[in-house]
Amino acid sequence: MSNWPLLSITTFLPLVGVFFILLVRGEDEGAKENMRRVALITTVFTFIVSLFIWGGFDATNPGFQFQESGEWLGASIGYRMGVDGISMLFVILTTFLMPFCILASWQSVQLRVKEYMIAFLVLETLMIGVFCALDLVMFYVFFEASLIPMFLIIGVWGGKRRVYASYKFFLYTLLGSLLMLIALMAMYWNAGTTDIPTLMSHGFPEGMQTWLWLAFFASFAVKMPMWPVHTWLPDAHVEAPTAGSVILAAILLKMGGYGFLRFSLPMFPLASEMFAPLVFTLSVVAIVYTSLVALAQEDIKKLIAYSSVAHMGYVTMGIFTMTEQGVQGALFQMLSHGIVSGALFLCVGVIYDRMHTREISAYGGLVNRMPFYAVAFLIFTMANVGLPGTSGFVGEFLTLMGAFQVNTWVALIATTGVILSAAYALFLYRRVVFGVLDKESLKSITDLTLREKVILVPMIILTILFGFYPAPILDATAASVGALVTQYQAAIEAAQSTAMLAQ
Amino acid sequence: MYQLIVFLPLIGFLIAGIFGRVIGAKASEYVTSGLLIVAAILSWIGFFSIGYGETAVVKEPVMRWITSGTFDVEWTIRVDTLTAVMLVVVNSVSALVHVYSIGYMHHDPHRPRFFAYLSLFTFAMLTLVTSDNLLQMFFGWEGVGLASYLLIGFWYQKPSANAAAMKAFVVNRVGDFGFILGIFGVFVLFGSADYDAIFANAQGFAEGEPKVVLDFLGYQLTQDAALTVTCLLLFMGAMGKSAQFLLHTWLPDAMEGPTPVSALIHAATMVTAGVFMVARLSPVFELSHTALTVVTFFGATTAFFAATVGLVQNDIKRVIAYSTCSQLGYMFVALGVGGYSIAIFHLFTHAFFKALLFLGAGSVIHAVSNEQDMRKMGGLAKHIPLTYWMMVIGTLALTGFPLTAGFFSKDGVIEAAYVGHNAFAMYGFWLTVAAAGLTSFYSWRLAFMTFHGKPRASVDVMKHVHESPLVMTVPLMILAVGALFAGLVFAGVFMGEGYEGFWKGALFTSEENHILHDIHEVPLWVKASPFVMMVLGFAFAWLFYIRSPEIPRRLAERHDGLYRFLLNKWYFDELYDAIFVRPAMWLGRQLWKKGDMATIDRLGPDGIAARVQDVSSWAVRLQTGYLYHYAFAMLIGVAALITWSMFSVGGAH
Repeated sequence: MSNWPLLSITTFLPLVGVFFILLVRGEDEGAKENMRRVALITTVFTFIVSLFIWGGFDATNPGFQFQESGEWLGASIGYRMGVDGISMLFVILTTFLMPFCILASWQSVQLRVKEYMIAFLVLETLMIGVFCALDLVMFYVFFEASLIPMFLIIGVWGGKRRVYASYKFFLYTLLGSLLMLIALMAMYWNAGTTDIPTLMSHGFPEGMQTWLWLAFFASFAVKMPMWPVHTWLPDAHVEAPTAGSVILAAILLKMGGYGFLRFSLPMFPLASEMFAPLVFTLSVVAIVYTSLVALAQEDIKKLIAYSSVAHMGYVTMGIFTMTEQGVQGALFQMLSHGIVSGALFLCVGVIYDRMHTREISAYGGLVNRMPFYAVAFLIFTMANVGLPGTSGFVGEFLTLMGAFQVNTWVALIATTGVILSAAYALFLYRRVVFGVLDKESLKSITDLTLREKVILVPMIILTILFGFYPAPILDATAASVGALVTQYQAAIEAAQSTAMLAQ
Repeated sequence: MYQLIVFLPLIGFLIAGIFGRVIGAKASEYVTSGLLIVAAILSWIGFFSIGYGETAVVKEPVMRWITSGTFDVEWTIRVDTLTAVMLVVVNSVSALVHVYSIGYMHHDPHRPRFFAYLSLFTFAMLTLVTSDNLLQMFFGWEGVGLASYLLIGFWYQKPSANAAAMKAFVVNRVGDFGFILGIFGVFVLFGSADYDAIFANAQGFAEGEPKVVLDFLGYQLTQDAALTVTCLLLFMGAMGKSAQFLLHTWLPDAMEGPTPVSALIHAATMVTAGVFMVARLSPVFELSHTALTVVTFFGATTAFFAATVGLVQNDIKRVIAYSTCSQLGYMFVALGVGGYSIAIFHLFTHAFFKALLFLGAGSVIHAVSNEQDMRKMGGLAKHIPLTYWMMVIGTLALTGFPLTAGFFSKDGVIEAAYVGHNAFAMYGFWLTVAAAGLTSFYSWRLAFMTFHGKPRASVDVMKHVHESPLVMTVPLMILAVGALFAGLVFAGVFMGEGYEGFWKGALFTSEENHILHDIHEVPLWVKASPFVMMVLGFAFAWLFYIRSPEIPRRLAERHDGLYRFLLNKWYFDELYDAIFVRPAMWLGRQLWKKGDMATIDRLGPDGIAARVQDVSSWAVRLQTGYLYHYAFAMLIGVAALITWSMFSVGGAH
């Protein structure tokens, strides 16, 4: 299988599922059931195929692997695919979460099932494409196109204020994308190619780096999202259907962090160095600010959404420390947050499906009737809090450690997030799960069904496994991150010595 | 063998936690307790083979953990004398508490869960004490925090228990905030989080040529200052876990948990983790005189503060909780003046008599139908004589009656404070002496109010008063043996002539540290002072609660302000609520409503949408349909364009 185009297969396999769904005729229950099955089988199969990528991945090689290239739009813009230690695990994360999203929508989505499943499968293709693309234009196309299915998922299958939320989501992200498009053109004119590996060693002029960095930053900062352009996220999460929230939190947000690592740092090192204090400031503000806001929330999903923003603050902070611990921690944090926040949104989905409300005050004492649910929710809450022994700890710890070596003020303020996250997360848990179950409406609530257990148990296992044994992830990323950091430092030193000579 | 000691409780937790519903409560109890008893026996074997044998350190690697760049930590079990002592304390008390709980929790429907939590706690505590690097210690540290959270909130239907559980976790996190920064500091200074690497470098590091080694919050710190900052950050963690002054507020509330939990976690083991940490890091702390001075100050303040609050509490468990808080202060005083082995010895003896007192109190509560208020007890001695005598033994040991366990360790602490060399050593001495008197008073007050005088419980309750079953009283008797003889038997090796052979370098003392030698040469009055205070405390308690019980009430009325101040625990809860909790919530709401909604959204997306609408409505108005309007607009546009291009071209030249 070694010479198969594995990345292309993984990327476009979901479209095969789309084809089969389109073949299904009729609108009755049987047809819907068939569509769900096709979607599930496709995503599971895609996941299995993607595991071969991890299996064949050489962790000691810092460069791109599984490379494919072909003609596409003329000579300069090509079809180029490849993964390195930074992008490979995002592909796996995407394919891993997809089957759970389909499962989570099994009963909660009854309207327009065909379109829903197609949207998700197309979204999967686009997301995998983002992480595999090695051509600037291809990346841009995947990156922007992934907006559309998400926009539809929120706008069509969302809650009451879905139109407002989807427009807000679109408006924010669009603004960033336009600037990025201009930057892409400028890069092409300067370097004469859109090949990402070439651009990474191109060395843009210093003045140009500043503008390019800012243009990319506008796009990625919205995607992360960083403070103060984060306000679309809580609305989008609240209105999105459960599976949409999972994908949004677990994968779409990570595209911003991935973008920083793929473009900003290697291509514009001097600008990154210059703007690092800005990023640090926004990151620590995000951590403290959104944690405090989370404390005051009355809607479960909003609370978790704000906590996501805080956790992404650790990621941006870690990335721009440009230490091995910081960058690896940021990567780990993104992957772990993908599992943990995805699982938290699934947990919210479980009770939303039963009660059709997300108000915290509508719940209380769930442990009395839902002991399994209480355990699952506790584990993910603790992972969200960053308890050692869960995957949430490793990333948080390493990013903070990276920050401490660069700037102790940043580390000090960011570490207060450790206290605040405990406060808001346990406060939520206490209000929803603990206490006496005295609300009439909750008295007949039922514990997890088999389908829900099948969704949550693997996530529990991974959360704890990577907490105790994070080596698989850290090993896979180590070489690429090491190379990234080394090249970055070399670029900075080269610029400094030139500046010295000029004097 | 040491892996077995650590992992047996984990196995117990997994069995009771996952299969508890299937195998039933009885089986869960027996499995977890049985495994713990085995672990306890193995711990004693380990204690004698390490403490009295030749080997200084045993290390058993388990598996990799976090590797990133030069940062590399592994799961490793490290056992030296310090760990061996802790293993004995943790596993003995835990095993006894497991057995005791079989009786105490008899009526509870959730016993499998309870025993699972107890075993989970024990496992976390064992990873803490067997850690080989700071990160593993932090894992155990947070793990015991989780178990404590779960056990305090065990009765999840009680709102007060849920609040207390959350408070315990969050306040501990405040301490952990310091701990985690301290770990970073250690990594920056020594390039590793492994104890061996830290200890090997510490001495040479401090003696090296002064240079800037750490940039902390804008200050360029040389070795000395950097060590002090790092130690203080780590100590912040210890303050949280060990409920020291300022971060103590969670401990009394933690009494919401079932009583066996209080005995195990909030008296004998978890709360001593801070003491263990400082002792474990003695090679680092010993190099920072300033940090040790701060440790002394907080220890002494806590010892005194908690004892004063203990004087007036009416809840039997809260009195003992404050007593615990106060005794932990003693341990920190000993650490602060460099008497690490004395602190650990006090930790060791304290575990026996404090667990005894707590489990005794549990036996009392069990007897009087779950009543905890001492004002509704009294006259219980003849109904539950065995419990009574056990409590008396515990009280004697706590107050330091000659030849009991507390006598050796507590007097050791006070003498060490007297000969200590730092600026707060004398402060420590006087406050610990004063606290000794207060300790004696509140301990005997507890005994008298509970067991003597006329019964104040309702007739109905008194009718049901019964001695606890054997499964509860046997653990009491075993602990009583420890409370009576642990001092006599082990004082020699812990802090006497057997010191070197016993510790074998597990605790580090610098060349100038002669504390263990000096405490034998203190004046007679210093040696006698704790004894005198103990007698005074007893006498006053007897006078107040047996001879003339109206005195306390009159005193409380006359000094109303002081009484309220003490009863309300120096108003710390109210203070923290006013300066931290409420402002945080208020700030959160403000940032949300005013920041996110009123500012960012209004200027951002909502604003843009509104502007777009405005522009389009203008555009609609402009489309009047009159040709000359358009022509005029075009002319103006062309004029503007030409002007602009002329200026810009002119400017370029």
